[in-house]
Amino acid sequence: MNALLKSREAILALAILILLAVIASRFPGFVRPGNLANVLTDTAPLIILALGQMAVIVTKCIDLSVAANLALCGMISAMLNGAGVPLPLILLAVIALGAALGAVNGLLVWKLSIPSIVVTLGTMTIYRGIIFLLTDGKWINAHQMSEGFKAFPRAVFLGLPVMTWIALAIVAAFALIVSRTPLGRALFAVGGNPHAAVYAGISVGGTQAAAFVISGALAGLTGYLWVARYAVAYVDIAGGFELDVVAACVIGGVAIAGGAGSVAGAVMGALFLGIVKNALPVIGISPFWQMAISGSAILIAIAFNARGQGPAGRIILTKAEHRA
Amino acid sequence: MSILKKALTTAALASVLLAGAAQAETTRVALVVKALGIGFFEAANKGAEEAAKELGDVEIIYTGPTDTTAEGQIEVINSLIAQKVDAIAVSANDTDALVPTLKKAMERGITVISWDSGVAKDGRLMHLNPSSSALIGNTIIKLAADHLPEGGEVAVLSATTTSTNQNTWIEEMNKVMGNYPGITVVGTVYGDDLADKSYREAQGLMQTYPNLKAIIAPTSVGIVAAAQAVTDAGKIGQINVTGLGLPSEMAGHVKSGASQSFAIWNPIDLGYSATMIAYHLAKGDAKAEPGAAIPMGRMGSVTLDDNTEGAMADPFTYDASNIDQFSSIF
Repeated sequence: MNALLKSREAILALAILILLAVIASRFPGFVRPGNLANVLTDTAPLIILALGQMAVIVTKCIDLSVAANLALCGMISAMLNGAGVPLPLILLAVIALGAALGAVNGLLVWKLSIPSIVVTLGTMTIYRGIIFLLTDGKWINAHQMSEGFKAFPRAVFLGLPVMTWIALAIVAAFALIVSRTPLGRALFAVGGNPHAAVYAGISVGGTQAAAFVISGALAGLTGYLWVARYAVAYVDIAGGFELDVVAACVIGGVAIAGGAGSVAGAVMGALFLGIVKNALPVIGISPFWQMAISGSAILIAIAFNARGQGPAGRIILTKAEHRA
Repeated sequence: MSILKKALTTAALASVLLAGAAQAETTRVALVVKALGIGFFEAANKGAEEAAKELGDVEIIYTGPTDTTAEGQIEVINSLIAQKVDAIAVSANDTDALVPTLKKAMERGITVISWDSGVAKDGRLMHLNPSSSALIGNTIIKLAADHLPEGGEVAVLSATTTSTNQNTWIEEMNKVMGNYPGITVVGTVYGDDLADKSYREAQGLMQTYPNLKAIIAPTSVGIVAAAQAVTDAGKIGQINVTGLGLPSEMAGHVKSGASQSFAIWNPIDLGYSATMIAYHLAKGDAKAEPGAAIPMGRMGSVTLDDNTEGAMADPFTYDASNIDQFSSIF
């Protein structure tokens, strides 16, 4: 299993390199280290959210409310900033709020056993609606945000902006959680075989709820980063971004059926999408073709992944099943 | 909610009736807006009051529903008919829904015009557009050219590939490119009215065209995102971001210098012109028919087309000198 995962990630890494080579042949400036760092920074929100989404997807759930959660937390962070709240408190507040919004999803999935796709479709609309109620549809603009608020994600530390460092730190933390903690093992156990997980003493619903909380907290944090980076907050920010996040996971080999996926895969899936998004504007392809091209890139990547999928597990107790 | 709304309407009606009784001599022009409490329309009301002061014998009734519904506007218009106002100038929430009510108003001898957001031809004498596609197309390239005396490369950052408004404006812009020698439009990209995509497209433009001198974004999401991208790239002063935006959203970027100037219709002028037109039509010193020119005080005059629609003026240009005044309005 481990070897298979490794090879799948190797395929994805290869695909990214080929992609970069193709882009470089049309626009050499794209692969300058400085530009690649920019692409990494631009992809940071997607990486962070893809990791949260991965935690949810491996438990056989899906979180479609991440972008709405991001937008709501982003708006709240801008409003708190307008009210003069210091930045560290804002960061804590948005992470807590994001986690709470995620917990709403988690509890509905856990306690009421509603399918997650339905729950998060609902909360997605609710969260966007709340922004509208809070603001009457008004924007919060660059000049209404304090300099420090906008500067933090951009501040350069050891050659990379803080936003990129935050994403890298979260990647590291995730790698640790997934491979070294009971929670990490539980996420995979619940998605891989819920019945077996129950027998192993793992609460399926509880673990799924925990995954939603993680995804929500990360969305909350990203909300602040997003609003500070683009220096604008309004109802529709990051509209449709949840689909990019799910796509990043799927490209990265996180199985929609749950139970399989890796941190490296999700990160590379996000990078793959990020590179495509950043390259399309500079390689001189007609905008009318761009959507079709990014769609095809996703399909091709997934086709590769599907081929890498291992054979289904063997049922060894057919006779026993029949008798029962 | 509905009780509160009714109470409010009644109160408003009562006060208007009282005021109306006090000065029966004046021409009463009702400015019906999409909803009360919107900065843009409050500013239009300022313009209307300015016109009233200039004309002397005009009283402005500024009114509208509490939310942007056609039903609310119909209620408001019915009460205005009952008050026998002289003219109604409406920015409609629905093109067709208001027509029967407005027809009724016209049958009672009330002058009805629409402005900003029009109603169907049957429901009004004329419609005043804030501007026209041709004027907007010319303005956006002029804004870029004004700051490029020696010419240079400019690029367009639009909304989606299918946005009718933006496509028409860009088409009109291309028609008048001959008047701006030295300015070349090197590309048109689409940010889909998403902040992040627009930002990336603006970054892409800066990379693809190192000599780029201006980005024209005729969309309020795009212009803000492009200004932020130019700021983050440290190219303030090298690349001027211009186009169409709202003063409240662009104030920071005008102050930082990322945008020298941009344009959008001026709501004060719009309210002023609508009042002037309504007054002249109500007094009978102008007629709303195709080809007619109706005076609008300091705004010159508006010439009506076959649809009895007219365009007020070029979009109004906002820059460092007036941004503070308008950013608090809309």
